[in-house]
Amino acid sequence: MKQSATLLVIGVLLCAGEGRAQTAADAFYDPEAMAAAREALKDGHGNQVNSLAIAERMEYSAADSEDAFVWEGQGWLGTDANKLWVKTEGEYVDGDGTEEAELQFLYSRAVSAFWDLQAGIRHDFKPSPSRSHLVFGAQGLAPYWFEVDSALFLSDEGKLTARLELEYDVLLTQRLILQPRLELNVAASSDREVGIGRGFFDSVAELRLRYEIRREFAPYLGVSWGGDFNDTADLVEREGGNPREFALVAGFRAWF
Amino acid sequence: MYSADHLNLSRRRFLRQGAFTTAALGLNLLLPPWARSGAASNLGGIRPLSGNVFDLSVDKAPCTIDGRGGQGILVNGQLPAPLLRWREGETVTLRVTNRLAVDTSIHWHGILLPFQMDGVPGVTFPGIRPGETFVYEFPLKQAGTYWYHSHSGLQEQSGHYGPLIIEPQGVDPDVVDREYVILLSDWTFEDPHRVFAKLKKMPDNYNFQRRTAGEFFRDSRERGLGNTVDDRLMWGAMRMNAADIADVTGATYTYLINGHGPQDNWTGLFNSGERVRLRFINASAMSIFNVRIPGLPLSIVQADGLPVAPVETDEFQIGVAETFDVIVQPRDRAYTLMAESNDRYGYARATLAPREGLSAEVPALRPRPTLTMKDMAMDHGEHSGMNQSGMDHSGMDHSGMDHAAMGHGMDHGNGTERQQHKHAKGPGVVGLAMNPANRLSERPLGLQDADHRVLVYTDLQAREKNPDVRPPQRELELHLTSNMERYMWSFDGLKFSEVDEPIKLYKGERVRLTLVNDTMMPHPIHLHGMFFEVVTNEGDFKPRKHTIVVKPGEKLSVDITADAIGDWAFHCHLLYHMHAGMMRVVSVLDEPAPL
Repeated sequence: MKQSATLLVIGVLLCAGEGRAQTAADAFYDPEAMAAAREALKDGHGNQVNSLAIAERMEYSAADSEDAFVWEGQGWLGTDANKLWVKTEGEYVDGDGTEEAELQFLYSRAVSAFWDLQAGIRHDFKPSPSRSHLVFGAQGLAPYWFEVDSALFLSDEGKLTARLELEYDVLLTQRLILQPRLELNVAASSDREVGIGRGFFDSVAELRLRYEIRREFAPYLGVSWGGDFNDTADLVEREGGNPREFALVAGFRAWF
Repeated sequence: MYSADHLNLSRRRFLRQGAFTTAALGLNLLLPPWARSGAASNLGGIRPLSGNVFDLSVDKAPCTIDGRGGQGILVNGQLPAPLLRWREGETVTLRVTNRLAVDTSIHWHGILLPFQMDGVPGVTFPGIRPGETFVYEFPLKQAGTYWYHSHSGLQEQSGHYGPLIIEPQGVDPDVVDREYVILLSDWTFEDPHRVFAKLKKMPDNYNFQRRTAGEFFRDSRERGLGNTVDDRLMWGAMRMNAADIADVTGATYTYLINGHGPQDNWTGLFNSGERVRLRFINASAMSIFNVRIPGLPLSIVQADGLPVAPVETDEFQIGVAETFDVIVQPRDRAYTLMAESNDRYGYARATLAPREGLSAEVPALRPRPTLTMKDMAMDHGEHSGMNQSGMDHSGMDHSGMDHAAMGHGMDHGNGTERQQHKHAKGPGVVGLAMNPANRLSERPLGLQDADHRVLVYTDLQAREKNPDVRPPQRELELHLTSNMERYMWSFDGLKFSEVDEPIKLYKGERVRLTLVNDTMMPHPIHLHGMFFEVVTNEGDFKPRKHTIVVKPGEKLSVDITADAIGDWAFHCHLLYHMHAGMMRVVSVLDEPAPL
């Protein structure tokens, strides 16, 4: 579709005629030097490799049952169309050590103005036993400025889970930004070994207020409510825990 | 005091020495107007070089902006580069030595020359290697105010630009007592590649004038809650930002006049009552300015180097790469020359004064403008489709044009036709103009409500009859396309890196190029090697320009005579837009158009 449109543009708008790349300068300068300069010009006008590394949340979370250090970050490297995307998140609980740690490597393809399709692998180093997953996801910007990150995960145990993250920035001022955030995780079937039951688990509604001292660095304060629902909540309760909790968070967002 | 023999030497020493008194201004009358530029003690005009042979050296060099030290990529160590004074009819030789560790180049902006001297690496020559000296040589077939700059990487952002003036062979029709170059530019202490990288990571990184909750409540009070909610929902549905006026802003830029920041306050001196010619050049990488001198009417006499019928105004917008010559007649007081960036987040400022040490009030920055439905080309009001105001189709010869084949979908009958978009629509394209309108007679964004005169393109009329008044034989349409969220900029949905073929023109043919701006930003579109006539009307005195600012949601046309054989760059002159891919090569083939 896109290619036929391209051909149409070249054919119709750029006028018909024999295909001939711009080579007039070859009559005055070394054609090899010109060829190299042409390549460099092309690469330098739209084909650059760019990158982003962002720590979206580096925070201390204080809840009734436990205090924890939580991280979530992403990074990408690539051109406008094709990127290598890395995502990581995890939780280090005071006294108990690292309870969750996951890392994803994805190929990300720009498929429309606002959306990338992503596919790759995810490995959970924690909890134990570790799990590996195939990942298929979509990340982008929905109408009305909702940042969306969504994915399906198929684990090496054959278990299917899905994750949806939604974020929205409310600009109180140019630097003071209120960010509601919703994260939903849902399992199609249970994976008892890692403490997941059918239904919603690890799902939170959060609100953070950050101040962008610089665009690249913003400390924040926030609140978080949520945890496990459905079967997973039952599992947690059976072990004497609170499936859902309220937490205060403090941390920072940074990118470069 | 100065004998003719010593004139050349004296004026140069004079310019360098700077400080002088009103008495000196009197003696100064012995000099030609341009040498009478004079200089306040701290500042001085841009140092000129004149003659036929020039040695220019490109190197990293320190510079000071508003008292803060930085490092630029400068020509002969100067920011801006030396003012080159040429004379129409002569041949100039420029020996450009590259002392950088990377390739460089100089492009002579607006100059009609053999294409292999145009200075665009990868299009007209291979570029100048480190340590190499490249010799440019070409005859001068025109007069007026122009400029020159690097066409390599992002060097232009680092100070690699300078003014050039070609004196007319005959008598200059615009008699003045004194003249100054007013070269506007934007400076950042950041690495330009870092600026581009940041735009790719976070496209609104430099925008500190986004719409906030506070603005929502203010608008609600003024326009009603319902209207404000509707407005925000409409913009939100499209994922477009009505406050996205400039990509790179005063958050990183210091705006310069002749290399001096607002604190430096570059000052030009005059004697009361003199006719002073100001040669405005916008050498910015990314900044469009609105220029005014409160208290002084501005008589525009040249646009992009070529004479226009004098038109008086109080404020004009100057897009990146445009030039305007303005004549003013100041009285015995100081004036502030105010150049506001079009997003109103910063300004460049200079002073015109009869004596040193004077200054006038600097007006406050006006509020940030907000984009409208019309900028989205979704206005269904007075303009509909191609029924462009101020455009008289009756006198136009349509015989040679097959509109259907051009994909215009023009329907002159009912005026309800929609703009066609027969171009690539990938991830790089958001928003397609539904009803783009000719906006040449409209004031630029933010100046619609100014309570004084504002220059619009239809005010410009060539002073001399257009050299080629044949009707166009062929029409091309090109769309300006973008996706701000990915910081992608392109023509017809394709970045320069994605196309193999140039836009082909044939020797001597007359082509009407129609530009449709599908983006939400004004783009200064520049064609190398040939002037185009801006189709403000169908007469024979259309303004001829090398750069035209296409407003958001606009559809305008320019006529080109393909008389310069060779390959030429064609691009948006916003540096990071070009860098992102908003560029093409126009090949003028040495053969007649195929039948």
